[in-house]
Amino acid sequence: MIQQAWQYMLDYPDKMLGWTWQHLQIVLIANAVAVVLGVLIGTWVSGKGREQIADGVIYAASILMTIPSLALFGILMGILYAMSLPSIGMLPVVIALTLYGLLPIIRNTHTALREVDPAMIEAGRGMGMSGLQLLLKVKMPLAVPVILAGLRQAMVMNIGIAAIGSYLGAGGLGQPIFRGLANYRKDLVLAGAIAVSVLAVVTDLVMASVERLVTPKGIRIGRRP
Amino acid sequence: MIRLEHVTKVFPDGTEAVKDLSLEISQGEFCVFLGPSGCGKTTSLKMINRLIPITRGKILIDGVDTQKRNVNELRRDVGYAIQSIGLFPHLTVAQNIATVPLLKRWPRDRQRKRAQELLDLVGMPPDTFMDRYPSELSGGQQQRVGVARCLGADPPILLMDEPFGAIDPITRHKLQEEFLKIQERLQKTIAFVTHDIDEAIKMGDTIALMKDGELVQYADPATLLAEPKDRFVRDFVGADRVLKGLRLLRARDVMRPPKLTLRVDETVERAIRLLDERRRSWIPAVEENGRFVGWIEREDLESASSLAEALTPAVSTAAPRTPLNEALSMMLGSATGSVAVLDDADLLVGLLSFGAIREVLAMDDESEDG
Repeated sequence: MIQQAWQYMLDYPDKMLGWTWQHLQIVLIANAVAVVLGVLIGTWVSGKGREQIADGVIYAASILMTIPSLALFGILMGILYAMSLPSIGMLPVVIALTLYGLLPIIRNTHTALREVDPAMIEAGRGMGMSGLQLLLKVKMPLAVPVILAGLRQAMVMNIGIAAIGSYLGAGGLGQPIFRGLANYRKDLVLAGAIAVSVLAVVTDLVMASVERLVTPKGIRIGRRP
Repeated sequence: MIRLEHVTKVFPDGTEAVKDLSLEISQGEFCVFLGPSGCGKTTSLKMINRLIPITRGKILIDGVDTQKRNVNELRRDVGYAIQSIGLFPHLTVAQNIATVPLLKRWPRDRQRKRAQELLDLVGMPPDTFMDRYPSELSGGQQQRVGVARCLGADPPILLMDEPFGAIDPITRHKLQEEFLKIQERLQKTIAFVTHDIDEAIKMGDTIALMKDGELVQYADPATLLAEPKDRFVRDFVGADRVLKGLRLLRARDVMRPPKLTLRVDETVERAIRLLDERRRSWIPAVEENGRFVGWIEREDLESASSLAEALTPAVSTAAPRTPLNEALSMMLGSATGSVAVLDDADLLVGLLSFGAIREVLAMDDESEDG
């Protein structure tokens, strides 16, 4: 059976690549928005005196995560329809994936910024750094690897969820899966499933090396045994 | 010059951490804030660079009210070093040291040159250390970089919160000595927090001893040791305060000039005659050019054919700036009961004996009675 799926991929490489590219596009757009929003929100809530807001935001984001994807798609379709925006296709899927991606990014940003050694913050402030300088020159460089770990988690997760988005006509690798299910074509289902899995694994590996690249050298050295 | 006028700090929970503190640290003075934990010494320090806001009173630096200045500019003009150092792990040693110069927008090459100078100053070869990261340094080296960083933009005032607290005693001792040498040269106005009485006595020109947010005694170390104002000061300073007083004095203060010396190329007979005449059992030996080489003991001379053969090299020698407590322990380890004081060229400039130190201790005893 795997052979049949393999055969399908070999026979229709253009189709497979097209779906993969669509799939990747959806995930990239959604996570690009999520990382911008997530870092902004995460940075804001980790400010002084916003501990309670932070708890609330992270709680809300984790509740979002518990909504099953199909249900979230449905809710978003309703909202978009009411706003007379396109309620099927890419838009609701991208929005849903953005929402799903927020939690790991907000949480990691918040944790990373909060866990910067207080001694460094005291030293920085004592030497006359403004709040913004402290954030950009000290806290952020130290937090970026952790934030990227959150993004990596979000992307891998979203690659899986995006497959379901094909149900709404967003395209992507969900398409061969759903089409195969409908027509009892196991080779199609498998071809889609394998492609989604490979995409997820490759994305994970790529993000892992990006993470390593952006980790400041001084910290990488420190981690060495 | 730093001037605290009736400074009071009440924290939001109602604790009065500092109560009506007034004191003045003059230009080039090394002032140590000393006291048990929770006495308000660190709070007082942090109010100077406004890391902690003042509740009442005011602090003036060179006559200017710190409240009237832009807080970040104020802090860039006041060096700050803390016990936990807080080096930035993602920046190199040079970048860490140039933190304030960077904030002050110095040109890049000037920042680097400054980092180089300061590494030299704290005894770390710049070529080796400039481009290393903090995680590649030992604890002592990190402390040195911390000190270098607080001198970054050459501020006239330094605030130091137990900067040598987190290191082993041997390294701490070394860093203290080195920092004193640096201070001798730079003449910064320093406010320095410690809970270690020994450190306070060793480092401070003046000591502000605090308790429960109040200034108990503000005096130079000798006065604090000799005339503790009350029971608290006496207890805090410790029962061994007379011995502690020894470290305030240096070898040069009590040494006596070497009246009698022998040159190693003289004859054994002359040495025996000299020692017997003066009823001495030993005598310091020097070379022709005055360099100290060791001790000649009377009993070794009987069987010796030359003075060089009878020579006992000194186990340890002192320098004119050696604190007396160290000289005393050298004395205890020396066979003759004396310590030779040598200058940089190893020339014999003086001798230290128990007698001389006993006189100093006796002086202290008198002041205690009075």
